[in-house]
Amino acid sequence: MAYPANYRYTREHEWIEVDGKTGKVGITDYAQNSLGDIVFVESPKVGAAVKKGEVFGSVESVKAVSDLYSPVTGTVTEVNEELASAPEKINSDAHASWIMKVELSDPSEVESLLSAEDYGKYIAEETGH
Amino acid sequence: MSSTATPALRKTALNAVHRQMGAKMVDFGGWDMPVEYSGLIAEHMAVRTGVGLFDVSHMGDIQLRGPESLNAIQHICMNDASKLQVGQAQYSAMLYPQGTFVDDVIVHKFSDNDYLIVINAGTREKDYNWIKTSAQKFHCHVSDYSDYYTQLAIQGPKAAETLQKLTSVDLSTIKFYWFKWGTVCGLPNTLIARTGYTGEDGFEIYIPSDEATSKRVWEEVLEAGKEFGILPCGLGARNTLRLEAALSLYGHEISETINVFEAGLDRFCKLEKGPFIGSEALRQVLNSGGPERKLVGLEVIERGIARDGYGVFNEAGTQIGVVASGSPAPFLKKNIALAFVPCEYAALDKEVFVQVRSAMVKAKVVPTPFYRRPKKQQ
Repeated sequence: MAYPANYRYTREHEWIEVDGKTGKVGITDYAQNSLGDIVFVESPKVGAAVKKGEVFGSVESVKAVSDLYSPVTGTVTEVNEELASAPEKINSDAHASWIMKVELSDPSEVESLLSAEDYGKYIAEETGH
Repeated sequence: MSSTATPALRKTALNAVHRQMGAKMVDFGGWDMPVEYSGLIAEHMAVRTGVGLFDVSHMGDIQLRGPESLNAIQHICMNDASKLQVGQAQYSAMLYPQGTFVDDVIVHKFSDNDYLIVINAGTREKDYNWIKTSAQKFHCHVSDYSDYYTQLAIQGPKAAETLQKLTSVDLSTIKFYWFKWGTVCGLPNTLIARTGYTGEDGFEIYIPSDEATSKRVWEEVLEAGKEFGILPCGLGARNTLRLEAALSLYGHEISETINVFEAGLDRFCKLEKGPFIGSEALRQVLNSGGPERKLVGLEVIERGIARDGYGVFNEAGTQIGVVASGSPAPFLKKNIALAFVPCEYAALDKEVFVQVRSAMVKAKVVPTPFYRRPKKQQ
């Protein structure tokens, strides 16, 4: 699975696609694959403040629950309602299935996130291949 | 989550096959085992509606032979093995003197002097040593054949039709929890048992554990089940299937700190058969008014998934118990759990709360098993 070059990534396996002052956040294909069949997404509320590196929600598969860590600091402007009834969309296309949209307080934060290439190396190390 | 295999992990003869098929592997009780292939939910549904194939070679096989084999088994296991006929199997358990679990087992009667006890993977060495020591005073020989067999479980409403293509034995003549010997995939004298751990009809077969034979049979079963949509299944589906059927898992519903009454397995415990390891302590539990806590089925009513180890609370917010196993139930499409609660909370429809991370989520006591397979139309 290719990791989009225009996204940035966290070591906790979230991605963010930034467009100006807003960003869409989801989990990576590696994350969905590790979790297996996703059955539940706990999204933040619109208007909630999120902080870089802090938990903003969770995803649950049949097997496990996994916290979601915000890649950036900001305010939630929208959540993907579709995932409430169809959380399995994350399994079928993780990089198109955004969980929340955030208005960034400090767009320069993005610079500290991993590039697609670095993320690819990071997960290769993590899986030992 | 890590899929990295360490050299210390043990492997079944099908390990390379699982990896070639793209299974996700996990460390299960020291074994490098497939947790899922195509996906847990799809595998679970295949077993409920068609057929699934599991590699359960990590299970242990202990044989007791000799004139006092039955006496030894009666001493070590809580069910009454004297009721077994040749060709019959029985769910049972081995207990510590305090009435708690060494492990749950299936006892197969091969002949009056020859029994096979199938034990769990995570407790293999402990179980073998326990049986060996406990059987010492009896005239019988205890052998560990665990590594000699690849054990495959073919499970689901289409299991019989699938396996029937590969054997000369008329499978309709094997009743549930009975077994026969016959040729399977050209292998003579193969043990075919109508047993399983999924709540479905199905079979477990025991074939030689060399890699070539194991691979060949694995592939022949998959081919035979193709028309029924057979899927290879991992331990993930095995766990959700057994949970829907409310079957115990060692370390969860049964353990060395849980007694037979608490686990609700007293129907498999025959105190009247005479003394056995653990029977004295269990009588004392009965004489002192029974167990204080019980395993119950819970269905989560509000939004949230109860998981292993989560606390169970009453309305006042006091913790009263713990979830032994909890998961979304893929077939039932509910969030279910088996939990230990004080007996006063064990009545059907009783409402309790499960702490799901930071939230208190309402659940109610429901009958178990959560899932019961439909009666066969004859």
